[in-house]
Amino acid sequence: MPRLSSVAELDAHCDDLVAAQDASKICVTICSGTGCHASRSDKVYQAFLDQFDHHGLDDQVDILRTGCHGFCERGTIVTILPQDVTYMRVKPDDVAEIVTKSVLTNEVVDRLVHHDDDGQGVLREDDIPFYKLQSPAVFGMNRFIDPQSIDSYIVRGGYSALAKALFQMSPEQVLDEVKTAELRGRGGGGFPAGVKWQTTRDAPGDIKYVVVNADEGDPGAYMDRSLLEGNPHRVLEGLIIGAYAIGAGQGFVYVRQEYPIAVDNLLVALDQAREYGLLGPNVLGSGMAFDVEVHRGAGAFVSGESSALMSAIEGRVGEPRPKYVRTAVSGIWDRPTNLNNVETWATVPLIIDKGAEWFTGIGTENSKGTKIFSLVGAVTNTGLVEVPMGTTLRQVVFDIGGGVPGDKKFKAVQTGGPSGGVIPEEFLDLQIDFDELAKAGSMMGSGGMIVMDQDTCMVDMARYYLNFLAEESCGKCVPCREGISQMLDVLTRICAGDGREGDIELLEEISEVVKGWSLCALGGTAPNPVLSTITHFRDEYEAHIRDKRCPAGACKELISYYVDPQKCQACMICLKSCPAGAISGGKNLVHVVDQDLCTKCGACLDACPSRFDAVMVLSGVPVPEPVAPGTQVTRKRGGASG
Amino acid sequence: MGDVALVINGQHITAQEGTTILDAARGAGIDIPTLCHHEDLTPFGACRLCTVEISRGGGRSRLVTSCAYPVEEGLDVQTESDAVVKGRKLILELLLVRAPGVQQVRDYGRRYGADEDKFEADPSFCILCGLCVNYCAEVKGNHAIGFVGRGVDRQVMFLPGAVEDICSKCGDCFTLCPTGVWPSNHDLALVPHSG
Repeated sequence: MPRLSSVAELDAHCDDLVAAQDASKICVTICSGTGCHASRSDKVYQAFLDQFDHHGLDDQVDILRTGCHGFCERGTIVTILPQDVTYMRVKPDDVAEIVTKSVLTNEVVDRLVHHDDDGQGVLREDDIPFYKLQSPAVFGMNRFIDPQSIDSYIVRGGYSALAKALFQMSPEQVLDEVKTAELRGRGGGGFPAGVKWQTTRDAPGDIKYVVVNADEGDPGAYMDRSLLEGNPHRVLEGLIIGAYAIGAGQGFVYVRQEYPIAVDNLLVALDQAREYGLLGPNVLGSGMAFDVEVHRGAGAFVSGESSALMSAIEGRVGEPRPKYVRTAVSGIWDRPTNLNNVETWATVPLIIDKGAEWFTGIGTENSKGTKIFSLVGAVTNTGLVEVPMGTTLRQVVFDIGGGVPGDKKFKAVQTGGPSGGVIPEEFLDLQIDFDELAKAGSMMGSGGMIVMDQDTCMVDMARYYLNFLAEESCGKCVPCREGISQMLDVLTRICAGDGREGDIELLEEISEVVKGWSLCALGGTAPNPVLSTITHFRDEYEAHIRDKRCPAGACKELISYYVDPQKCQACMICLKSCPAGAISGGKNLVHVVDQDLCTKCGACLDACPSRFDAVMVLSGVPVPEPVAPGTQVTRKRGGASG
Repeated sequence: MGDVALVINGQHITAQEGTTILDAARGAGIDIPTLCHHEDLTPFGACRLCTVEISRGGGRSRLVTSCAYPVEEGLDVQTESDAVVKGRKLILELLLVRAPGVQQVRDYGRRYGADEDKFEADPSFCILCGLCVNYCAEVKGNHAIGFVGRGVDRQVMFLPGAVEDICSKCGDCFTLCPTGVWPSNHDLALVPHSG
């Protein structure tokens, strides 16, 4: 491995790598991010190796295991270059056919390419609507590089921003560039990164720290995970640039132990950077001394809070501290400490490389650049999406996400994780940025975006988040520990049909104190899911409390499954699907749900063929008396076989 | 360190730079309720009862814990504003769920008009003020007791082995416990576990 002790050596190494590339050589790239990993991309990789061996192709074909492409729902994703054909949902059994057709000859395996709505095959990944509408400035390199190879990053221009910062700019100029770019923290708060950097830079003391917050913990969010897994060097490059601007000699990455691929790839990246001289006593021959330590978090949501995270790095329990001095001034071991999240750091090299003007050319008045969202829930195209700030929610959910699957109706999108809120349909044309989301009663957070359809109960959803927060509260301060617990009790009883008049007001009363009086932001934002659902869906709360009715048909204690005797065709499907044996009936006989035996699992509803549509969810109304045993079905015209 | 001039409840006060609002207020004879504060310990910020409303130059006010917030020149502090009283009342109502029998909580509850029956009682002996844990660690340097669990499952426990070796000879934390139950808890911990 080369030791790079000047910009010239970095450039020469990059030139060598470029020269060694053969653009005409076939290269198979296999997404190995967490989503595809779960779809057994490792087996797909092995199958390709076996096939190459079988066909004697080992020397003629390159194979590359890349970071996450973002379209996780379609994993494993395989791209054949230079042909540029992308295959989706590839299973190990598909590999032989791909090699025979797409590698040995120039054919395309049509059944594995993306098909648009009118059935037309789309060969190139970039042409798929999901990708076409994105601007993957930060995330885009993931799919072209091997995250375990520093050369893979360098050959695509990696570390050139660091070289520029170290040798063409003063620390002040780097700081000014980040300030001018108006980069706001991607971790949740949206605080201007440059201002924070300046505070740490200006704080008295010789020893300063920079920290990567990779304690991503919002349910359904995995942007930071995929960045750290897929392109750890970009995060590291940003961190070194930040350290240079701030004057820090030591960096930390606080990463969740539950992110094993991210931890592995990060450790490999750090070792390689040290070997290359990009970390250590003399970074790239500049004289700057800087190294990075990895701290693995033991699984507490609250550890993402800055003072708790710093306590954990010090070796203490990860609990927030009651200090009014900013961690930027007095953080780890009371030293000035600058903390930014993974995506913020990963954006820094782009700003240095392309300039603040490029960055401010993207986005809205108060929110510049792009933002990565994890688009999950009741949406057709699940995955990671990077769009310019200012893109509307409708564009993300419907144009990129493909809308709500089936014939279900869109209800709301939850943004900002457990600290965020819901945004109903009437706000779909809202332009996504820090301030607009806050105005709508939610927040950007770290970029979680959970789409909900008509079947999601908003009270139940708020209960889910409060349950999460009750479990994740460290329990140190009274309002968070006891307040969230009481709110959860109230929400639980509302969902169970035991809600009382005044419960909404009680929730609001507790919320005010939990928000205003808690020690840290976990408690300070905990009531948001409740308050935003009360704001936008108060009628659902009232239906639960007054009518004992769950309008979404989701709260088990408030619903009954009922087979409409007029529609039932006695097909036996629901009867067989019921795990509780609660459905009686037989051939030609109307099926009946025994309400005492029913466990409300919904299997019958899912099982009933849509052409019959006989199973109903009732809520707030009495279940009709069951038909007399032995009642024959009324056959639909055209007949249905029994 | 110089002196800082501030106003607490309309009263002009001079305090030494670096002292907290709580100390400055108490020094001037203004009472602010606390449960987790101890003058020998680093501010813990757990009970939140000492929260006060501060503002500057008639600007927007905010709520801060007086045990941790240092005095600042020109600060205007309200220790019993409507927002403060409202919050303290609810905090005490929440505490009464766990500690309906603790005299200090009941006394503060009465002072702020807390409704004892607002929430269903779920009594435990401990209010998790942390005085024993922090005193043991910071003053005695023993670390013989600590917090275990999180959220509502948080509790104070003796470190295995410490009860006999350290606590039986010390017991300094017993008198700090606002619930008065801690000494007997120590006696219980000394009883050998069966099985």
